[in-house]
Amino acid sequence: MHSEQSRFLPRTELANLLEVLRSAGYRCLGPKVREGAIVYEELSSAEELPHGWYNKQSPGEYRLVNEDSPRCFTWANGPQALKPHLFAAREPMWRVGRDANGTLSFTEIQPKVERIAVLGVRACDLAALKLQDAHFLGGGHADPYYGARREGLLLIAVNCSHPADTCFCVSTGDGPEATDGYDLVLSELDEGFLIAAGSNQGKALLDRLPTDEATAAQTDTARAEVQAAAQAQTRALPGRELQATLFANLDHSRWKEIGERCLACANCTSVCPTCFCFNNEEQPTLAGESTTHHRQWDSCFTMGHSYIHGLVVRPDATARYRQWLTHKLGGWHEQYGRSGCVGCGRCITWCPVGIDLTEETNAICAASSDEGDANAG
Amino acid sequence: MPAKAYLPHEAEIVERIDDAPEIFTLRLRFTDPKTHEAYRFRPGQFNMLYLYGVGEVPISIVSDPEHGGALDHTIREVGRVTGGLAKLGVGDRIGIRGPYGRGWPMNEIIGKDILVITGGLGCAPSVSVINYVMQRRSDYGRLTVMQGVKHHSDLLWRERYEQWARQPDTQILLASDSGGPLWPWHTGPVTVLFDKATIDPERTAVVLCGPQPMMQAAIQHLLPIGIPEEAIWLSMERNMQCAVGHCGHCQYGPKFICRDGPVFAYPELKGLFGLKGF
Repeated sequence: MHSEQSRFLPRTELANLLEVLRSAGYRCLGPKVREGAIVYEELSSAEELPHGWYNKQSPGEYRLVNEDSPRCFTWANGPQALKPHLFAAREPMWRVGRDANGTLSFTEIQPKVERIAVLGVRACDLAALKLQDAHFLGGGHADPYYGARREGLLLIAVNCSHPADTCFCVSTGDGPEATDGYDLVLSELDEGFLIAAGSNQGKALLDRLPTDEATAAQTDTARAEVQAAAQAQTRALPGRELQATLFANLDHSRWKEIGERCLACANCTSVCPTCFCFNNEEQPTLAGESTTHHRQWDSCFTMGHSYIHGLVVRPDATARYRQWLTHKLGGWHEQYGRSGCVGCGRCITWCPVGIDLTEETNAICAASSDEGDANAG
Repeated sequence: MPAKAYLPHEAEIVERIDDAPEIFTLRLRFTDPKTHEAYRFRPGQFNMLYLYGVGEVPISIVSDPEHGGALDHTIREVGRVTGGLAKLGVGDRIGIRGPYGRGWPMNEIIGKDILVITGGLGCAPSVSVINYVMQRRSDYGRLTVMQGVKHHSDLLWRERYEQWARQPDTQILLASDSGGPLWPWHTGPVTVLFDKATIDPERTAVVLCGPQPMMQAAIQHLLPIGIPEEAIWLSMERNMQCAVGHCGHCQYGPKFICRDGPVFAYPELKGLFGLKGF
């Protein structure tokens, strides 16, 4: 369903929103400040929201600063939001027992089903969620672990009014305004929130809240803030269809330059809201009578990722960065109908050496159009 | 998909065959008769074999899909899981889940001459094709097998090759890089065998399996003699953790080898084929 007309929720009623969610059977997650960063964790009261926190993000840098403000959504995304709550960083899948005769008994470990409401989801993360849905739930084998958590998820989006310097969601077409894929959407104003439903479930919750009619001035302010957020973005990708250009430039000298800077640390793939790689690991008991089969996040930047019978297909950072970028901005189109990048900028901020995906992509793609011109001439 | 879908089934080793110093075949049977009865696969598909306490590894099935007996998996001892499997014997229990992937297009190529080109030790997926054709000899035309190895001791199943060579309409060509007195066949890379084979490009389907440089060299010989790209099929290998297109390890450009392959028609891969790092 399309968003209905926005209502106004006074700031004092934010606690009420959490109460309504809880009484509807949801565990609430939302943004909090922990160890100098915004993280999405269990929210026990509206007091815990990051009131007055602003952030400064640049390649390889993330800082929070507090200023006197009643607002609690005046920051761009921290290192993670939704991904770890659906695609767990590590989880058990099955257990095997072995008796004295060597007989094996396999038992699946069922995913825990919970109803979770996440407050404060940004447009870029809603776009990333759609991509993770396509990967884990489409394609013939729906993942039961991801699926169970996804089913119980309620999403309360907040339109982004304070993008970071590293953000480029306008260029990927994914933000700063949340346009669909949520149950409720908020726009933060000094005095409270504009609130609208995006699903029947959202509407039922909204009906239980003490809201007022939104004034024209409030609607205008909210719209102006989103527009300003869009205009504030300085980074951009050179286009939304880069598959052909990237695969035509696999020998570009820039890959090697990046490879010399890249530490292959896998920070970018960990913070990326669409990266989906995992590997499996066994954890046997000390006595050896049973063992648990886990899966955990993996990264195309690790040595093990491309290991095959005694050799490593991608032995160096150059090959690994090229794999990552040509997949993220190229291969995804064929796999899931669009680029795998939603412009959240996390990979830029959390790269310890400040490699900027937009800068590298522009360099690789620009050279290609130069060559094209040269050939045409 | 229920959580069970990732769960292996217990299987017992009913026979173990030592093919070469580091290569062995495990003949497996599900311990639950109903599971064994219901299990179906196609040549070129693979199973995830699970070694207790160590992990899983993708292994091609080489036995006949309609045989109904035990499931044969030929394994080279190279890593943690295969190294552990190598220590097992008859009666030992492991886990199997599968079959996975898209196998060889055996129905699509009925009536064609079959040219199997394989090299190194990675020939198990191509053996599934040879076995399949041998069991249904009248469904297919001429069968030519070109096998290249580095050293004479790398040739598996010497007796089997000799037996195949005695079948009608079948040509077995073997080449070893090193040659020597113990090697009665040809010397050089597998591509030296092209001069010895009779290939009708109009009616030939090519099955390729082995190290990538070998497959590349073969393709460079096949295209100039008029074999269409669509008539060349190859089996790919990459790291696999899940086998259902989720874990991301086997991606080859936009393809998931476990799910979209492991058998591909050459045009599906040719953009990246032979490039290092993919």
